[in-house]
Amino acid sequence: MTTKTIAGLEINVNDEGYMTDISQWSKEIGAEIAKEEGIELTEKHYELIDFIRNKVAAGDGLTIRGIGKSGVVNAKEFYQLFPGAPLKKATKISGVPKPTSCI
Amino acid sequence: MEKEEKVPLKKILLICSKANLEDVYAALVMGNGAVMEGIETKLFFTFFGLDAITKKTMNKLHTATTGNPGMRMPGGLPFPTMLGGLPGVEAGVSAMMRKQMDALDIPPVDEFLELITAGGGEIYACKLAMDMFKLTKEDLHEEVKDIITVGDLYEMCDGPGTQIVFT
Repeated sequence: MTTKTIAGLEINVNDEGYMTDISQWSKEIGAEIAKEEGIELTEKHYELIDFIRNKVAAGDGLTIRGIGKSGVVNAKEFYQLFPGAPLKKATKISGVPKPTSCI
Repeated sequence: MEKEEKVPLKKILLICSKANLEDVYAALVMGNGAVMEGIETKLFFTFFGLDAITKKTMNKLHTATTGNPGMRMPGGLPFPTMLGGLPGVEAGVSAMMRKQMDALDIPPVDEFLELITAGGGEIYACKLAMDMFKLTKEDLHEEVKDIITVGDLYEMCDGPGTQIVFT
């Protein structure tokens, strides 16, 4: 395990840059990781990040379909918020492990 | 020594020519997976694969209970071919399979198509097969972008890092 300085703090990350300690996350850290991914976080992003963090904390798996039914965004909006690879980017920014889902 | 440069996959074209539940889902899962990775994705449905994008048939796809050596009873016992031929057995087994997939958060076909297009993936139907089965655009799901020829299809496959997969 390596550490990385994000928003002035030493954060535990894996070799792909995913945070390994969900409790170290803060809004500032999220914003900093998002910037590295080329994303400027808005209120909507934070709302979705909350949803993702709660889901992971509850031990549930994440899928694009599930996020599309979250009531926060639909699948299309999710792709617009995190362009490219939304599930990978959103989880990275949310400070949760990379999802293992195929769908 | 010269170092070989790796070209990442940028575009994928998946061709689905069969109507079996498993063949259609193989194309859909791979297509959706590619969209999730930010890969430009196009799905082309031809021949019996058209069932997967035809409104009337898309959510009622079957898996073959005869001539399918992979078929097992629940619990893993062999599935007698004679049993698979009885009326209603294939429909029952297929319904059970769809139910199991739903439990794994695998969406029904129409919703899967919507998920793929939501991420920018494109769905196409084969013109020749459409003519053969006497289908029109109205018979197809709204997410189907166009009815195209094989020439159109190859034109879409330009650029380095493009792959075609036939299922």
